[in-house]
Amino acid sequence: MKRYPQLRMLATIALLLLLPFAVGTMGNAWVRILDFALLYIMLALGLNIVVGFAGLLDLGYIAFYGVGAYTYALLASPQFGVHWPVWLILPLCAAIAGLFGALLGAPTLRLRGDYLAIVTLGFGEIIRIFLNNLNSPVNITNGPQGIASIDPIAVAGVSLSRTLNVFGFEVHGLYLYYYLFAFVALLIVVVSARLQDSRIGRAWVAIREDEVAAKACGINTRNVKLLAFAMGASFGGVAGGLFAGFQGFVSPESFSLLESIMVLCMVVIGGMGHIGGVIFGGLLLAVMPEIFRYSAVPAQQALFGKVVIDPESLRMLLFGLALIVVMLYRPAGLWPEPRHRRELAGKKS
Amino acid sequence: MSCLLEARGISKQFGGVQALQDVSLTINHGEIYGLIGPNGAGKTTFFNVLTGLYARDAGEVSLDGKPLPLGKPHAISIAGFARTFQNIRLFANMTALENVMVGRHARTASGVIGAILRTAAARGEEQAIRRRAEELLHYVGIGDRTHDLARHLSYGDQRRLEIARALATEPRLLALDEPAAGMNASETAALRTLIEGLRADGITILLIEHDVKLVMGLCDRVAVLDYGRKIAEDVPEQVRRNPAVIEAYLGVGVGAA
Amino acid sequence: METFIQQLFNGLTVGSIYALVALGYTMVYGILGLINFAHGDVVMIGAMVALSVTRPLVGVLPGPLVLLIGLVVAAVTCMLLGFTIERVAYRPLRKAPRLAPLITAIGISIVLQQLAMIIWGRGYHPVPTLLPGGMHDLLGAQINDLQLLIIATAAVTMVALMLLVNRTRLGRAMRATAENPEIAALMGVNINRVISATFVIGSALAALAGVMVSSHYGIAHYSMGFMLGLKAFTAAVLGGIGNLGGAMLGGILLGVIEALGAGYIGDLTGGVFGSNYQDVFAFIVLIVVLVFRPSGLMGERVSERA
Repeated sequence: MKRYPQLRMLATIALLLLLPFAVGTMGNAWVRILDFALLYIMLALGLNIVVGFAGLLDLGYIAFYGVGAYTYALLASPQFGVHWPVWLILPLCAAIAGLFGALLGAPTLRLRGDYLAIVTLGFGEIIRIFLNNLNSPVNITNGPQGIASIDPIAVAGVSLSRTLNVFGFEVHGLYLYYYLFAFVALLIVVVSARLQDSRIGRAWVAIREDEVAAKACGINTRNVKLLAFAMGASFGGVAGGLFAGFQGFVSPESFSLLESIMVLCMVVIGGMGHIGGVIFGGLLLAVMPEIFRYSAVPAQQALFGKVVIDPESLRMLLFGLALIVVMLYRPAGLWPEPRHRRELAGKKS
Repeated sequence: MSCLLEARGISKQFGGVQALQDVSLTINHGEIYGLIGPNGAGKTTFFNVLTGLYARDAGEVSLDGKPLPLGKPHAISIAGFARTFQNIRLFANMTALENVMVGRHARTASGVIGAILRTAAARGEEQAIRRRAEELLHYVGIGDRTHDLARHLSYGDQRRLEIARALATEPRLLALDEPAAGMNASETAALRTLIEGLRADGITILLIEHDVKLVMGLCDRVAVLDYGRKIAEDVPEQVRRNPAVIEAYLGVGVGAA
Repeated sequence: METFIQQLFNGLTVGSIYALVALGYTMVYGILGLINFAHGDVVMIGAMVALSVTRPLVGVLPGPLVLLIGLVVAAVTCMLLGFTIERVAYRPLRKAPRLAPLITAIGISIVLQQLAMIIWGRGYHPVPTLLPGGMHDLLGAQINDLQLLIIATAAVTMVALMLLVNRTRLGRAMRATAENPEIAALMGVNINRVISATFVIGSALAALAGVMVSSHYGIAHYSMGFMLGLKAFTAAVLGGIGNLGGAMLGGILLGVIEALGAGYIGDLTGGVFGSNYQDVFAFIVLIVVLVFRPSGLMGERVSERA
């Protein structure tokens, strides 16, 4: 396979196209889970730029998802009565989230590792609290109730939230969203990979490896780190915009610290800095809790004849245990960058 | 000979300790300038002030007549003053080639847009970076280790890689912080050849060394630091005979006896 | 003025609790360089265990004695828990990439919360009042016995901890390990024991804080440790993480700033912002402090070594 990159690409595309139909046989709920998994993958890839490439621990990443989601929600809902088209809003989501990323980075980049972590965490909380409370004196975010009736995403005039009739086939909206999300995720993968193999990507990794030496190489570490924050945040913003359109509803509770932590877990469990690993981590952590959810009740009934433990608790319990076990046995993640990939890649060319 | 680097009145205090006191020196174009001194004399501190890692309490430094932006290591590198580190600071999980490619950062310009769109300009620049990095690896003699991770290189090769990375920034002045530390005799001899080659190629060198023999044999002029002060600056033969230097190295007791 | 004094005392009470929890974070961070994300949940476990122990004893034994029994059982439970957590989730990862133990810490935090939810349920549990509810009039402010006790106990505990760290053999070993574990080991310090001891001590403080916070607010809940832990960690960073004095200062400062902020934000902003922004305070103060003092209030200035 490795010898035929085109073939590999074709196989990937075929798999991506068919996946929702395979998953859909278990019910539309699973297609929905798949859609969410794609959103999480976008988030994980965005955070990977900051944490994986540049080595900056960000515990408030979900704030950028929130910024993107609210940007979309405010520009395409009855909240302000504006209904901008999606192709205008999504770049704006990226830009505004990127701006917030730079805004967060500017005063904090002098901080060392874990100090930065707690400040980013605080920043995430601040954003959430503001989203929660900016319903007075002027109602902007509609507070804890959130914003509802957000316009669904429409591509070329076709709303993705309706069932589409293609040559007699009924294609459910969830599938349409899947294809859109898969397309955007693929775009983000390409952007990530190209950045990684560029002058900028090298500078990020250099800073991660040794900041003092990076400076001595003439790298303006402050600007390059800001760029990492802004890039990572903009991916989050796009994902947030898509989320708002998909869900039709946003509220502050979707952007809690737990979500930031979840995305960080995806990056680390998958394999920091390795795009493939991060995608795998995102998929795994988005899907695993759902599998626990669906198996928690039947498994208990089979074992004990009744539901002993609240399935929601059990799901999170197993999730927590999984985090611990994976890290104990694979501290570098489940699929880290192969140790010699760079060496081998170099020798090949 | 015209002067390339001029440091005037550099002072630096750590807590109550005067690590550097009013140190001035000038390095001329094309020379190999040695800085020696007993342990704790302030050599590395001086070095770190010059290259911007430490803020200084007083003093000015200029490179080719232009004041160096002290306190901004990256700007100093861009101004044409590169360095290596006493305890080798490579990007351990990058290949040798990538390490040197990072050194080209400030001399190239492609940004995010170029990288994402893979524009012709960005691709051309990327190829040029790679070519130059490969040349430099061959130049320092580790062309066969191009695709090995930096942390897999031998100690001597890591020193060479650090020099190649510094050279990639196109320095006019290259400062080497104890490059021979931990090297055996044959590695040191090879290092000496490398440094002489650099000078022949027009790079001015500031050498901080413990190995007095290497410094005396290689340098055009040598300055001696002791307790944060410059106690001598001269050609090696004169420094060797300077009583203050002998006392600093051998101690007062020996001098008195 | 009365509001001011009142809020000052309220802040001091909560701040003392933050300080105790912050000490746990800062000790572990000082020695392992690890953000022990599960520490807040150890506080919660302390509160819950104490509650379970005391509830059947209320009315059977005198209040203060019941409180003491609850505290002791909670402390022992948490010490065991802290010891186990370190053994299971952190020790095997001491040489692993930096973020690996952070993820196991998050895992432990989730597990503890879910176990608590399974054991004690989702509800909010009222905490019985075990002390005579005497109110004292102090400089125009109302302060009750419990608040005084919390402040006094916290103060005594902190002094004891300082003595432990600065005057005893164990304390010296802890400081040496924090400074440089390898060299400490060469000097004959049993690193593993020191680390275990650190976790055990930190967890005992957490249990104490758990009992205090649940008694103060009169409520206990399976997720109560989360925000408290976050605030306490913020306090530790504010003071300069790894520094015991800094954790205490940061904790108390944070408690006071929050209380005053909540009391005055409405007046200050002409009613635009209300006390629902209380939680923002902690983080804004943190960010402002760190921008000007990147190593916290009492943290050492670490210059980059070449």
